[in-house]
Amino acid sequence: MRIGVVTFPGSLDDGDAARAARIAGAEAVRLWHGDPDLHRVDAVVLPGGFSYGDYLRCGAIARFAPVMESIIDAARGGLPVLGICNGFQVLCEAHLLPGALTRNQHLHFRNRDQWLRVEATNTAWTNRFAPGQEILIPVKNGEGCFVADQRTLDQLEGEGRVIARYIRGNPNGSQRDIAGITNEAGNVVGIMPHPEHAVEALTGPSLDGLGFFTSVLRSLAGASADGQLAGGQQR
Amino acid sequence: MTTQPETATSGAEAARGVPNQPPAAAAPITKPSGFAATDVLVNEFEEGPDTVQRAAATPDELQPHADLGLKDDEYTRIREILGRRPTASELAMYSIMWSEHCSYKSSKVHLREFVKKVPKNTRMLAGIGENAGVVQISEKIAVTFKVESHNHPSYVEPYQGAATGVGGIVRDILAMGARPVAVMDPLRFGAADHPDTARVLPGVVAGIGGYGNCLGLPNIGGEIVFDPCYQGNPLVNALSIGVLPVERLQKKEATGVGNVVVLLGARTGRDGIGGVSVLASATFDEEAEQRRPSVQVGDPFMEKLLIESCLELYDAGLVSGIQDLGGAGLTCALTETAAAAGTGMRVWLERVPLREASMSPTEILASESQERMLLIVTPENLDKVLAVAEKWGVWATAIGEVTAASADGSPGRLLITWNDHVVVDVPPGSLADDGPVYERPMREPSDLILLQADRAETLPRPANAEELRETVLRMIASPNLCDKTWVTEQYDRYVLGNTVLAQPEDSGVLRIDEETGLGVALSVDGNGRFARLDPYEGAKLALAEAYRNVAVTGAEPIAVTDCLNFGSPEDPAVMWQFAQAVNGLADGCQQLGTPVTGGNVSFYNQTGAAAIHPTPVVGVMGIFDDVTRRIPMGFPAPAKAGGDLLYLLGETRLELSGSEWAWVTHGHLGGRPPKVDLAAEQALGALMGRASKAGLVSAAHDLSDGGLSQVLVESCLRYNVGAKVTLPEDGTSPFVHLFSESAGRAVVAVPRGHEKAFTALAAEHGVPCTPIGVTSEETALEVRGQFSIPLDELRTAFSATLRDLFGGTAELVSRHAEATEAEPTAVRSVTLEITDPQAPGGPIGNA
Repeated sequence: MRIGVVTFPGSLDDGDAARAARIAGAEAVRLWHGDPDLHRVDAVVLPGGFSYGDYLRCGAIARFAPVMESIIDAARGGLPVLGICNGFQVLCEAHLLPGALTRNQHLHFRNRDQWLRVEATNTAWTNRFAPGQEILIPVKNGEGCFVADQRTLDQLEGEGRVIARYIRGNPNGSQRDIAGITNEAGNVVGIMPHPEHAVEALTGPSLDGLGFFTSVLRSLAGASADGQLAGGQQR
Repeated sequence: MTTQPETATSGAEAARGVPNQPPAAAAPITKPSGFAATDVLVNEFEEGPDTVQRAAATPDELQPHADLGLKDDEYTRIREILGRRPTASELAMYSIMWSEHCSYKSSKVHLREFVKKVPKNTRMLAGIGENAGVVQISEKIAVTFKVESHNHPSYVEPYQGAATGVGGIVRDILAMGARPVAVMDPLRFGAADHPDTARVLPGVVAGIGGYGNCLGLPNIGGEIVFDPCYQGNPLVNALSIGVLPVERLQKKEATGVGNVVVLLGARTGRDGIGGVSVLASATFDEEAEQRRPSVQVGDPFMEKLLIESCLELYDAGLVSGIQDLGGAGLTCALTETAAAAGTGMRVWLERVPLREASMSPTEILASESQERMLLIVTPENLDKVLAVAEKWGVWATAIGEVTAASADGSPGRLLITWNDHVVVDVPPGSLADDGPVYERPMREPSDLILLQADRAETLPRPANAEELRETVLRMIASPNLCDKTWVTEQYDRYVLGNTVLAQPEDSGVLRIDEETGLGVALSVDGNGRFARLDPYEGAKLALAEAYRNVAVTGAEPIAVTDCLNFGSPEDPAVMWQFAQAVNGLADGCQQLGTPVTGGNVSFYNQTGAAAIHPTPVVGVMGIFDDVTRRIPMGFPAPAKAGGDLLYLLGETRLELSGSEWAWVTHGHLGGRPPKVDLAAEQALGALMGRASKAGLVSAAHDLSDGGLSQVLVESCLRYNVGAKVTLPEDGTSPFVHLFSESAGRAVVAVPRGHEKAFTALAAEHGVPCTPIGVTSEETALEVRGQFSIPLDELRTAFSATLRDLFGGTAELVSRHAEATEAEPTAVRSVTLEITDPQAPGGPIGNA
């Protein structure tokens, strides 16, 4: 399986996302912002960082990068796309996901190990978690406060599209403690905390982040492989 | 008039830049206004620029050398060197390059101690005098690291001052050919509760975070120390470390006649003019705030692009020489690269891409605009270099070429024109290497004898167990000992995915090689109070502490960098402190076998007559053959019934002078600092290295500020594991055991079953090893016969201080819930309109 990781100017966690994909057993393929060719990847990660310096508004410029034109089209066709932190912001700016990520309520950048509860396990990126599973993943952002209008929030909740919620403390003031959401089809996921930083015992607070990457491998393997992998679902 | 070049000249191709950034347009020439530093420099517009020709014709014209910080005799020497009066541009260049900050004129004679006493070492690939020292850590890999000050700018403008401090040190690392991989920040502020600290600290922390986070460099450690002596002179030191393949080491020499001089990175603006001369090389007065224009303004995004383009250029072998532009800007980069090679240089100044078209040649030369590098490239590689720059969206402009040395073999000249006016014609070495050197008068501070006689060992101490308990709680809540999470969680410590340990651990530990597990540990430490009481011993203590912090993680300490923060060198007492500290550090490094690879001197940390405590900050780097064997500081949850065994390593003496206890409970500073025994530090380090390799230790924490009490609290709170401690009954009182700051000590946790092997190893190394208790499943810290404090109570005392002082980051979950209940939908929709203008009123998201 080939997981593409996009590098925008100012992307920072692109190497980490590629490493996480490799550890999960995928082939990591680096995609360049100026190249619209997706190089036959099976899934795409939009990594964390400060694409284009986060000038104008986080993700607002990246959304117009040539590679994004292709990703937006492919995502509408079902390509699994995971946006982490800045990648989540890009997905919102690209209108692949609803809502917006605004300045943390306390106005500070915050980096800490954050407990999350996985709420939706029917997406391309979360199917290897158990519903309600509590996971520990680093969060680090200055503009991670998720906001949307009441109707959108109700709709997200009603359709089971909140994929993870902050528990034991909300690090940025996100509405309804939302840490991540998915689109209607479940192939596009945006998450503010960084699963790619929780894939090795040596450097992360847990191995919980790996589940996002193994999930997409399972969803790509399709129904036939589903049965074989099911035994390994619970970590 | 300043315009972008239209045509190629002398093999140097026309400027190219980012397509969407138009070249600076020609603008009417007007005299800029408002900048104190600039006004002194700029008087060249009314009759055109001050040229060499004009300077020769008007030898008697009065020049503002004193306003630029040049002494009369220094000015006379410049006239001798040039055989005429300098032009306005030349005068500015000499004033910058001969400033204390650039020339090290007061410190040079003392810094020779580091070279004289450098221990034998085969790892060093580059040392003092380079942008940063380079140390080989394996056959193929080297690391480079350095700590630098950005004190004055950070006081004047905390956010930008601190941000550009990070940017500057990162470019030093980059210039050596390395990929920067982490930063650390030793910080010192005035009293924690002083109103101005509430201005400076949050700005500095946000600036460090804002720049470092956006650059994608993990912040893995540092220090935050409060003391009233830093009230008007906070210290913002920044350390960076980078990694390079040995063969990628870069040079700064501008070699190869005909090679092209390329300016890479941000455009040049009017920020930071006079930064090193006016700002960094003078004491503060009441008008410090007006010096804000001398502070540079940073753009971390540009620096990130600069890093990536430089690394791509190195890997493609396209760079013959490189130098970063920091303090002293283009002036420093041009003169140092030419002087290092002995060549000359010809520069067309009008080619420099500008932010403001009306900048004069002097301003262009003096600007300290950030995110710029100077490259020397061969003419045939120029197109490839420009293509790499264009790929990353960075300006790259050929601004000059390397010229030959003189026919008689003497070094070449630096010839700079601006629209065909010759504004500079100087021997580059006269600026870079031949600056004045002073042997300043030195005198022991007159109050030192009295200060040393006023010992803290005689102060009243807690009289009973209840008072001891209260002292523990009071101490851990004091600003210097309390939890620093409020600061450190504003820094990204995860990015790049190689951070093995970061603050609050004793050292930052990085994995360097994913295949082999090769890694490094880094710690920066300093204690201004100890150095005030005895600068020689104080510097050694700073070295010993950093060395110990590295060693207790299991790493082998191998190299040192330093940032020497002092008051005015014109004060003989300060100069004496400086000389003592340098000697102490040089002697210490010689004894430990860890060479000083580079560093920085920061003088004039002084407001009026009040200097800061002498504050040598020492960074020690160690290496791991396999970083998976690093030892963390937190007690692990007990694996076996009865818990891990706790041992105190080293010897506890009655040493309270200069201690945190004396300061917090009595506001006292006096006596002599703790004794330094570097042989004992080495023995402790060797023991910890062996114990780490043998896997005998589950946790280790160095003892320093706050003594044993502090270490027990921190190691318990880290993973919420209690401890039952029995203090040795050896005639030393429980209070002294808990709060003495004797050096050369650490607490270790040893899993049951390993105790015999560990104590035998300690005996073999001659390290005193005293059993002091066990870790416990009960969540309390109990000191038998004295007190027991629940961990929750400790945590409350430990973690509230900075949050209460600087506010803001209490848990949001409760606050948010309240806000949601109190202010329902209306508030949310308002927020939405502001933050999502793309979809006003309509449904958001259409996946």
